[in-house]
Amino acid sequence: MNYRMIAKSIGTVLCIEAACMLPSLLVAFIYQEATTVPFVVSILLTAVVGLALLSIKSPISRLYSRDGFAIVALGWIHISAFGALPFILSGAIPSVVDALFESVSGFSTTGASILKNVEALPKSILFWRSFTHWMGGMGVLILMIAILPSVNASTINIMKAESPGPSPGKIVPKISETAKILYTIYIVLTVIQVVLLLAGGMTLFDALIHAFGTTSTGGFSSKNASVAAYGSVYIETVITIFMFLCGVNFTLYYLLSKRNLKTVLRDEELRFYFGIVFTAIVLIVLNTSGTVYCTIGESIRYAAFQVSSIITTTGYATADFNIWPVFSQLILVLLMFIGASAGSTGGGLKCIRILLLAKIIKREIAKINHPSAVQTVKINGRIVDEETLSGIMAFFFFWILIFAVSVLVVSLDGKDLITSTTAVAATLNNIGPGLGLVGPMGNFADLSVLSKLVLSVCMIVGRLEIYPIMLLFLPSFWKRGNI
Amino acid sequence: MKIIIIGDGKLGYNLAENLSKENNDVTIIDKNPEALKKAGEYLDVMCIKGNGLSTQILLEAGIKEADLLIAATASDETNMVCCLTAKKLGAAHTIARIRDPEYADELDKLKADLDLDMVINPEQAVASEIARLIEFPPALNIETFSKGRVVMMEMKVTPDMSIVNMSLNNISKWTNAGILIGGVLRDGTVVIPNGDFVIKQNDTLYIVGQPSKVVQFCKRIGIHVQRIKNVMVMGGGRIAYYLAKYLDEMDIKVKIIEINRERCIELTELLPKALIVCGDGTDESLLHSENLTSMGAFISVTDKDEENIIAALMAKQNGVQKVIAKINRVNYTFAINNMGINSVVIPKLITANHILRYVRGLQNAMGDPIDALYRIMDGRVEAIEFTANEHTKFLDTPLKDLKIVKGILVASIVRKNEIIIPHGSDVIKADDKVILIAKDKKLADLNDIVEPGV
Repeated sequence: MNYRMIAKSIGTVLCIEAACMLPSLLVAFIYQEATTVPFVVSILLTAVVGLALLSIKSPISRLYSRDGFAIVALGWIHISAFGALPFILSGAIPSVVDALFESVSGFSTTGASILKNVEALPKSILFWRSFTHWMGGMGVLILMIAILPSVNASTINIMKAESPGPSPGKIVPKISETAKILYTIYIVLTVIQVVLLLAGGMTLFDALIHAFGTTSTGGFSSKNASVAAYGSVYIETVITIFMFLCGVNFTLYYLLSKRNLKTVLRDEELRFYFGIVFTAIVLIVLNTSGTVYCTIGESIRYAAFQVSSIITTTGYATADFNIWPVFSQLILVLLMFIGASAGSTGGGLKCIRILLLAKIIKREIAKINHPSAVQTVKINGRIVDEETLSGIMAFFFFWILIFAVSVLVVSLDGKDLITSTTAVAATLNNIGPGLGLVGPMGNFADLSVLSKLVLSVCMIVGRLEIYPIMLLFLPSFWKRGNI
Repeated sequence: MKIIIIGDGKLGYNLAENLSKENNDVTIIDKNPEALKKAGEYLDVMCIKGNGLSTQILLEAGIKEADLLIAATASDETNMVCCLTAKKLGAAHTIARIRDPEYADELDKLKADLDLDMVINPEQAVASEIARLIEFPPALNIETFSKGRVVMMEMKVTPDMSIVNMSLNNISKWTNAGILIGGVLRDGTVVIPNGDFVIKQNDTLYIVGQPSKVVQFCKRIGIHVQRIKNVMVMGGGRIAYYLAKYLDEMDIKVKIIEINRERCIELTELLPKALIVCGDGTDESLLHSENLTSMGAFISVTDKDEENIIAALMAKQNGVQKVIAKINRVNYTFAINNMGINSVVIPKLITANHILRYVRGLQNAMGDPIDALYRIMDGRVEAIEFTANEHTKFLDTPLKDLKIVKGILVASIVRKNEIIIPHGSDVIKADDKVILIAKDKKLADLNDIVEPGV
């Protein structure tokens, strides 16, 4: 392990984080809030630690796969810890565990909150909360790759460890260019949404908060009632569409900008994603109209928003789905696990994995019919190699295993079954609200310290797709001459 | 520049590595995902799995905006078709590796018909490199500039040489040879020396000058320069074939040892003047019976690196003056550096250097054309030849008045038939060929050698 290089990278990330706190400081300044001093202190603390780590000299700049994983895992733990500073220092969230939970929830774009009354918080704190979403959505380390000039080929290992999806790749030959393109798409989407929300009558502050929450598929709002507070069909439509768009693989937007519409429309994952969203909306509309909602129009409005919100793992809510029929609720729970597309800002297992798992099942069945047939699993007409397939199966099992173990620990709180399971599902898949006590109108405040810590781990594990964090628990990973 | 490389073999990987380091956008296409894995892991390039012959794959790789396509698959025909397709799809330039001697004679016609910008034949390139080493025996390595009017010779300092412990100033006074020591490799560090630099034994020197002056210098410092008259070549592959042809032109007798009888018979037809011996080149008694000890040079060019090294060592022990071994794996060079083999040639590096030179030339089509480019000391130093023209900003300015960037040395100026080893008062004029030695820099324009803003 290249410890010096890892420390240096973490230092860089912390410096970037300190710079990212500046807009929040500006907000504190504009609204003349008492949080100015806590922000200044947080920025200085983060920057000092960052610069100290950055000053470490590393003779070898080569990073191997395991170094990339270590940088991502430790980097995320550090930014989450330092990201909690403003919450603690400003007194907005006095408990350290709570502040950490909120910070992790922000960076991992989960959107689960322990706050009962969001509207009472200073605006700068709300802004920072949402800005952590925006940073975490595309990835802080990818931001580092995009803005740092000295990027060598081995940083691909960092990108591989941070980007979601079974086989994250480059869009263009150079990794720094790839990172820049991804961020450009991300920024463009954010800006368009801010403009559209402003047109719908939101204030600039609220528009920014909700655009950050949507494009990163995070889900923090500045209102207690989330997006429902506005009661505007226009705003709900804009957010629904952008949630959906941000659950699409960002590579496809690059292809679109290259006028390669054909490839985009033929993309199997996109079709699968769209199919699931459409089916889920239709089923929920059929199930809820006439029972919960009087008109079909109303059903469509709420079903579309909730489905987009859950499948992209955003977690905004306009309806309390705790009162929906069980069938509709279960559809939402299933959507939680499916998640968005690979290469998007969303979480969950990712559509591509589900699609490939379905294809593996299909092949297994076909094998019984034609035992000697040679069959390969293809996606977009290309063969997916067996190594990737077995990797996906192992990943799926690992995901379920972590889910089961976490549910077991959380159940120690003695909350009901629905609350315990969906609390884990909502955090592991980076959604935010679950069902029961942690439903859209509830929050995570009443859980025990142990549960909050476990759920915090779940959020990072879910965002980084298990392996980087799990490697930290492997003793031989830390040994100098590991074999 | 946007460059697409088809075929992630030894050459393809090496090219991708060097081109991506020079800040080009490189995409590699290969059918074999295993081959791509290494490139994807270690290089900042894009890997696409697929057949380079397929239009769809080429389009996916962005052939329309590509500045250059290099086809380096195992098959000549595939390479030709790839280049043809690429050109039709919009690639600006194409380079194909075509190695079959059957094509070699019609290469010019093929090049024109297929609209290829460059054809590279690795075996031929290697053979020509070996032939140059034979022509100039004291050199571990030799590169030529300005059509052979200036050479750069790599030489190792042995304890018996008279220049050991002398400073460069003294050497130039003492030998009065009109040569320049442009670079020194000592214990793995690269030095661009100045006049006070003292030569130690085991240094590797890079000497620039006119061929006759360099020979004179060698004689002065006590190296015996004897013309090689006969050469034994082990292995009768394509390199041996091209090499025999070159050596024949130089009036050197060639003896080829080849293990495969059918190939021997083929060679007798292809190379009527050479003596073809059928046998195992690592068999010492065979080598002795074929008079190894009286050979001027021994060259091992079989497919197996290990056999080449062993045979070369055997030849060295038997007192052959000049021993050259071909090695495919770069990793071996460090291990065999001090084993006594005079020169090691690595085909993929030679080929890659040819292509890199061409690419660098393309990059600055607007600036000064590059006439020659050699990468020495593991690529840490480049020797590069430019032609000065009206765009050159410092024409007719004495060199001592120029603020030349650190690590760059003006090694020679070739003005018509005159060759100048420059001093402070010399000037660069239009149409001069300027030979530079640059450490840790990638020069693309002659104007880059002076500090900006001066």
